[in-house]
This record gives sequence, C-alpha cells and structure tokens, in this order.
Amino acid sequence: MDLIVCIKRVPQTAEAEVKIDGSGKDIVKDRLTFDMNEADSYALEEAILLKEKSGGNITAVSLGSAEAEDTLRIALAKGADSAIRIKLEDFGELDGFKTAALIREAIKDIKFDAILTGCMSTDDSYYQVGPTLAEMLGIPHATLVSKIEVADQKAHVHRELEGGLIEHLEMSLPAVFAVQTGINEPRYASLIAIRRAAGKEIKVIGKEEISSEAKLNSTLEELFIPPVGERAEILTGTPDEVSKRTAEIIKEKGLI
Amino acid sequence: MANILALVEHRQGTIRDITYELLTYGRKLAEKMDGKLTGVILGHNTGDFTESVKKHAHRVVVADHEVFKDFNAETYQHALADIIQKENPFLTLIGNTAFGIDLCPALATQLGVPFTTDCIGVEIADKKVRVTRQLYDGKMDAHVYLSEGPSYMLTLRSGTCAAEEGNLTADIQKIEASITSQPDYKKFVEYIEAAVGDVDITKADVLVGVGRGIKEQANMSMIEDFAKAIGGVVACSRPIVDANWLPKDRQVGSSGKTVKPKLYIAVGISGAFQHIAGMKNADTIIAINKDPNAPIFNEADYGIVEDLFKVVPALKNKIMEMKQ
Ligand SMILES: Cc1cc2nc3c(=O)[nH]c(=O)nc-3n(C[C@H](O)[C@H](O)[C@H](O)COP(=O)(O)OP(=O)(O)OC[C@H]3O[C@@H](n4cnc5c(N)ncnc54)[C@H](O)[C@@H]3O)c2cc1C
Ligand SMILES: Nc1ncnc2c1ncn2[C@@H]1O[C@H](COP(=O)(O)O)[C@@H](O)[C@H]1O
Repeated sequence: MDLIVCIKRVPQTAEAEVKIDGSGKDIVKDRLTFDMNEADSYALEEAILLKEKSGGNITAVSLGSAEAEDTLRIALAKGADSAIRIKLEDFGELDGFKTAALIREAIKDIKFDAILTGCMSTDDSYYQVGPTLAEMLGIPHATLVSKIEVADQKAHVHRELEGGLIEHLEMSLPAVFAVQTGINEPRYASLIAIRRAAGKEIKVIGKEEISSEAKLNSTLEELFIPPVGERAEILTGTPDEVSKRTAEIIKEKGLI
Repeated sequence: MANILALVEHRQGTIRDITYELLTYGRKLAEKMDGKLTGVILGHNTGDFTESVKKHAHRVVVADHEVFKDFNAETYQHALADIIQKENPFLTLIGNTAFGIDLCPALATQLGVPFTTDCIGVEIADKKVRVTRQLYDGKMDAHVYLSEGPSYMLTLRSGTCAAEEGNLTADIQKIEASITSQPDYKKFVEYIEAAVGDVDITKADVLVGVGRGIKEQANMSMIEDFAKAIGGVVACSRPIVDANWLPKDRQVGSSGKTVKPKLYIAVGISGAFQHIAGMKNADTIIAINKDPNAPIFNEADYGIVEDLFKVVPALKNKIMEMKQ
C-alpha cells in the first residue's frame, strides 16, 4: 500500500503559559516547545503498521516553516520513505480549507492507496483538513478512525463516536482516514534511525512549484483570553497546609 | 430572507441532545434576522422525530427513507447538498459531533460554501458571520470571520447554549429522498457497543480522575493508593486510555463516560472541553494542577496549584489521619 501521511508541527501548549503577541492574531511562540501534532503521530504509526503488513511507500507531508523539517525527519526516522515540506512562508494566512487545498496540490503526482491525517490539530482544532482534502480529491473519507483493516482493496474501518460507541464502516480505496489518538502505540525513533534520517533529502516546495487558487474560508480577526466564569477557590499554602484544608472540605461534605 | 437550517442529529432511534441546542441557537439567530429556522430530518420512521422537532422550528423538512436510518456521512452529504441548494439558507448549522465533523467539511467543500468548525459562539451583523472558536488546547479564543459566500455553514460545539423548551408549531414538508442506497465506496455496517468492564465509574460517589500529568505508568499506583484511602474509584482522561494505562471504561468525557459523582478530584488533568463534558455535573470538583492557567480551574470548585506528586501523598496522609 502506498500511503501519504499529513503531519503538522504544533506548539505544545497544554502545560505552557500562552500569551498573545503584538499583532493580536498570534501567540508568543519563542518560549514554547514544538512537536508533531499528537494525532499525527498515531496516523504515522498506523501508516507504518499498514506498510509493514503489505509493503509500499510512505510519503510524509507537512505544510510548515523550515522547522517542520525536523518533525518530518522524525517521521523519516520512524519509517516514512520520503518527505515533502510545503513552504508555509509562501502562502500567507491559512485556514483548514486552504491547508487542504495546498496539500492536494503538493501530492498531485503521487500515487497512493490511502491518506492518513490526524483527526484534529491541537493548535487550530479544525477537524477539517482530512475530510476537506478527501472531498477535493473526490475520494471517500472517515474521521475519528480507531481501527483500519485492509483486505482486497476494501477497508474495514472503525470510527469512535460519543460515549465510546463504535461505528463500523466498509470503504473502498483510495480513501482518507483521519485518525483518532489511541488507535495504536506510536513507536519511538531509535538514535541510529534519527542519525540516518538527518542525511535524507526533504523535498521543499513553494509558490514556484504549486499554485493554489483556493481562497480562505475564514479569516482570523483577533485572539483573546477565554473569559472565565466562576473560577475555583484556589487553596494556598504548603502542600501540607492545602492538603489539610482539602481533607477538611471533603469531610465537611460528608465524604470521609 | 436570512433563513437558517439546522440538522437534526439522531442515533439508534433517539434524537441527540445537540439537536435541541442547535434548534434553540438557530431559532434565536434566525429571529434576529427576521428569518425562519428550518429543522432538517433525514431518518427512517421519523414520526416521533417530527413531533419533537416541530415545537422548535418554524419549518421542518423531512426525508424519510431506510437509507437514513443510520448515519453515513456520504448519504447525508448527498441528501443535504440537494436540500441546501433548494432551500438556499443563509446559514446551515450542524453539531460539532462525531457525525458533524464527518459531514460538514466535505459537504461545504462540495457546495463551495464558506464554513468553519467547532464554534462556541456565532454573531451575524450586516450579513457577515463572525464566530468564536477555541485554539491552543482551549487556552485562547479567537474571533473569526467567514469569507463572503452565497451561504454559510458551521458546526457548533455542544454546550454552546442550553436547549430551551419549544413553543412553535412548524410547517412540515415531506420530501423524497434524493439517494436511496448507500454508495459502494462507503457503507455503514454496524454499531459496536463499548465493552463493559468490572468497574462502573458512573456509580461511584467519589472519583479520582487522573490525567497526563501523572507522566508515567509507574506512578499510577500512587493514584490507586490515594483512591483507596479516600474510598473512591480511579477514572481518567483520554491520554491515559490511549497509553493503555487504564481500560476505556474508566475514561471520562465526550468519547468516554459521563459521570456525576459527589466528589471528582482531577489530578494532572488540563480540562479540555471533551473531558469537562463528562464531569462538569459532579457535586464538588477539586482540581490539582501545577499550571495556574489550566482550564480545569474554570470548572472546579476548589483548586490546588501545585505539583501533584507533592500534594497527592500529603492529602492521602491527611485523609488517613482523619479517618482514625
Ligand atoms: C473527538 C475527541 C474526543 C475526545 N474525548 C475525550 C474524552 O472523552 N475524555 C478526555 O479526557 N479527553 C478527550 N479528548 C482529548 C482532549 O482533547 C484532551 O487532549 C485530553 O482531555 C487531555 O488530557 P489531560 O488533561 O490528561 O492531558 P493534558 O492536556 O496534557 O494535561 C496535563 C495536565 O497535567 C498538568 N501537570 C503536568 N505535570 C503535573 C504535575 N507534576 N503536577 C500537577 N499537574 C501537572 C499540566 O499542567 C496539564 O494541565 C478527546 C479529543 C477528541 C479530538
Ligand atoms: N499544516 C499542516 N501540514 C500537514 N498536515 C496538516 C496541517 N494542518 C493540518 N494537517 C493534518 O490535518 C489534521 C487535522 O487538522 P485540523 O483540521 O487542523 O484539525 C492534522 O492532524 C494533520 O494530519
């Protein structure tokens, strides 16, 4: 199976302080660490597992700044065969729709049986790029995918719905699968593999190579700090003091 | 006229709660523009659905066919594309649910309609649509304008508004299904129910919810010990299940379980809305997190901004002392 995996490099914000920059439209990024989008590492692993079963080639694609090449190298170290970076700096403001349109242009000449994406990026949280790309390519898609089994050009696919209910679909290939976290156990890249990947060529393409007429579907006006409702009463003191107070609260509620 | 369409979402014979939120929200938006709200039902044996939706919309469009019994984004896309082209609404509202996100991006792309997803607020002024979305793990909100188009489409996050009682009596319009069989390339096969385990977290009075802040599987025993001391059961956020440190039936949240314990202690959980959706109705919520800006503190009653590895053992000791 020939596979394409879409990989985004995203800032890790779950544990970090996130501030708005001077433009009012972006966050201050210089103190943040960046990594492969969580769902994308599951999409990549799923591609590697499919390739291990049936052979084929994996192409990793990322629309990002030059640093995204580091993330692509991790993909190469783990098992992708080739990598393409689409120059973010060439295309101005983006949204999920335009991102899909640019990825579509970038993979135009590549033969594939399936495209794997993550179900969601943790920075923009669009849940869009996979299904939009599928529609642009005129092929079927499934989002929130928690299992893929391929036999005779048919895929049996599980989607995870609310409450943990699973929807089982039968799909033909080629198709786009937007993968949910937890579908597999992403491997770590070995040091040797990382060293080997450092020398591999990454194809970089920009506005000279691809043109996209795709317009933005949406434009960002401003970022703002989410308004907080009633915030928790923060208990202060040493761990011992706050623990004492917490235990008392729990006792007052009649739970001890 | 600026009319609004809202898609009725149902599963296994029941209308889902998101539907009434969409209808409530859509009706308010429509009335502000002197327009009408149309509820769209694609389903099979839709009599009861129509009765329920009728009170919440000015019009109801129903296509009743076996092919719509279970959701398949492809059949829904086909039928809705037809309906939207005929109705020409100003805005189409779809839930930001597992169904909605499988459907909306492809449908809007097919129709060439500007869209965006996972909105938590919508304002319409001068025919411009401005939405609020959340970015960066819920730590930022953004105002976003949809580009000018012939029509607009978006998915709305559940909980954006409270569903209200309906007092309308919609005109019902039955239409023919424009598709009558599932396409070969994407077929719904079946639903598979989540496996039932030996512990039912929905029945516990005290839940200790553990999140990625626990860092390593080896640290899970600290949480088990703590839960035992307090007489509670261990539940968790999604990454803990993704890592196989706990079974799926311990997961709290939109793709896990909805719990309503007397006490929920969130340990090293950031408070993503998918998690909050599953535990916000707990009587008392205590959150332990080292990040003072973690969204969980907007939901909790009491917060401890501290390293969980310091607090959890100390709290366990205090509780043991108190029990003696
Ligand atoms: C379709 C979909 C469905 C989903 N369904 C669910 C669901 O049902 N349930 C669910 O939980 N998630 C769900 N998620 C995932 C959700 O978006 C979040 O990714 C997840 O809830 C984050 O889990 P977390 O809070 O444990 O981890 P993180 O967001 O990584 O947060 C870890 C927290 O631990 C804190 N921390 C770290 N170290 C320490 C320390 N030493 N002491 C104290 N605090 C510390 C950090 O400050 C941080 O706030 C879903 C996602 C999608 C896309
Ligand atoms: N800039 C990008 N480069 C490569 N892939 C992307 C990019 N943005 C989004 N994707 C893919 O699309 C998925 C869904 O992202 P989103 O629609 O932004 O939530 C991600 O998990 C990636 O697989």
